[in-house]
Amino acid sequence: MPQSQIMPGFRPAISFTLLYLSLIVLIPISALLLKSLQLSWDEYWAILTSKRVLASFRVSFVSSLIAAVIAGFLGFVIAWTLVRYPFPGKKLFDTLIDLPFALPTAVAGIVLTAIYEPKGWVGKLVMDTVGVQIAFKPLGIVFALIFIGLPFVVRTIEPVLQEFDTAMEEAAACLGASRRQAFVNVILPNILPAAITGVSLAFARGVGEYGSVIFIAGNMPYISEIVPLLIITKLEQYDYAGATAIGLTMLILSFLLLLMINGLQCWVRNRNGQL
Amino acid sequence: MKFTTLLSSLAVTLLLSGAAFADRSILNVSYDPTRELYQEVNKEFIKFWKEKTTETVSIQQSHGGGSKQTRAVIDGLEADVVTLALSYDIDQIAEKGGLLPKDWQNRLPNNSIPYTSTIVFLVRKGNPQGIKNWDDLARPGVSVITPNPKTSGGARYNYLAAWVFAEKNYGNKDAARDFVKRLYKNVPVLDSGARGSSTTFIQRGIGDVLITWENEAFLALKESAGGDYEIVVPPTSIKAETPVAVVDSIVKKHGTQDLAEAYLQYLYSPVGQKLAAKHFYRPYHPEYADPEDLKRFPKLEMFTVSEKFGGWPQAQKEHFDDGGTFDQIYTP
Repeated sequence: MPQSQIMPGFRPAISFTLLYLSLIVLIPISALLLKSLQLSWDEYWAILTSKRVLASFRVSFVSSLIAAVIAGFLGFVIAWTLVRYPFPGKKLFDTLIDLPFALPTAVAGIVLTAIYEPKGWVGKLVMDTVGVQIAFKPLGIVFALIFIGLPFVVRTIEPVLQEFDTAMEEAAACLGASRRQAFVNVILPNILPAAITGVSLAFARGVGEYGSVIFIAGNMPYISEIVPLLIITKLEQYDYAGATAIGLTMLILSFLLLLMINGLQCWVRNRNGQL
Repeated sequence: MKFTTLLSSLAVTLLLSGAAFADRSILNVSYDPTRELYQEVNKEFIKFWKEKTTETVSIQQSHGGGSKQTRAVIDGLEADVVTLALSYDIDQIAEKGGLLPKDWQNRLPNNSIPYTSTIVFLVRKGNPQGIKNWDDLARPGVSVITPNPKTSGGARYNYLAAWVFAEKNYGNKDAARDFVKRLYKNVPVLDSGARGSSTTFIQRGIGDVLITWENEAFLALKESAGGDYEIVVPPTSIKAETPVAVVDSIVKKHGTQDLAEAYLQYLYSPVGQKLAAKHFYRPYHPEYADPEDLKRFPKLEMFTVSEKFGGWPQAQKEHFDDGGTFDQIYTP
């Protein structure tokens, strides 16, 4: 409970927060829970362990993980470039990074598919030179998710890099550290918590992403069928219980993941001796 | 954030109320490829109704994959009439939604089917793969585009047509299962609806052959002026019976029963039948259609779902429900 504060308004603020949370988050989630209670435990388990559902979980989680890690590397390089080097058109470039946030994901999906399909510009080039097909394969999902996840990484790393005192690097250099040592021992520990946040946001977003992926994935059962698509497919077969069972599992997994990531972040911060 | 939410909800409200300026309005919820047909039917019907009753009405259309549309109606999309790809979908609205009686199909002529269609192949110019019949689709190296039968009514017709071909030519169910398995091995992308597959084949240039509605294939030919495609009609195919129904609970609520019934009756009228043929649907009364339009329909042997599969509920259960023959194709 608040002691005397300078700003009034604790009551309206907390009631607004609770109302908002209930309407937008808690009530829909409890509806999901209630609906899935129609299933017995055995039925629930049978749905979840059916081969097709397991395969789609594998597709979703593996491709999101790969995409998030790649987005992490790319995002770091981009954030570094944006913070450290002046170049013409930097402001414009900076704005472009946020485009995937604003663009309807279906549009992103259609555009990515057009480019990476076997006859699209990039798709054809890659096909001819390396012999790898991107669109309509699991690889296509990874590409779409990198696109979707990149801004999360850039936008979380960027402010940390901006605040990072270059004097620390200089001090490291003066004390005889090589560039590599300076990076690994000085820069990396400082941005690691932000990087983990960015990557995990990209990962969480990727697991739930639907719009951009369905266009590029090919949607083949067992191979490139993502979990959200399977939920939609179940709904369209009027299998509401099956759809909610998968939905609920996604909810629990996402929650556990977020908890794990928060824990990891705390651990990294403590280890680096900051708060 | 709050302000923009407010603004956008205002905008939505305005948009919705904009539709209510006409005296009465009905919503026709339909499947994917009927857009062009109903745009024209609606225009003619509004004229017809105005002359008959002096009332100005408006008709809204909604299109999408058949199952999605059906689910939307069950979940509360207030459709006055539904014009869907297969009777199974309307049965679901009756059963799961309880929005109309289960014997809805007896209420209009020809089991409530004002026009039919069939399933044909669309191939690239010159038919480089020499596609002639269903067995050509299962040949190694031929790439076939068809949507996912779990979510698309048209795709279910495609699947059943291939199945009947195989059962007839190879003798039994196991052979048929093996055949459709080989055929679906040739499918690189499973879209969720018929229009999605058309886009994949036409805009993306993927695949050697598109299995699709006859009307969709004709439309594709009409829209590609350059003659980039050809229609190949297999000797046998399925008769796609696409039914229509008034949704009783909704028209009672809206007070639009007479209007909705007249609208569906109009589909059977000379004008309605003529428009159906014009838009490449096979009319129930061919005598009302323009003879030139009728000439475009190739002759082929067609069977119905009730003849070969004992009706939709049976076909759905055996082939498309979880664990059915379609799922078995992909089970590793």
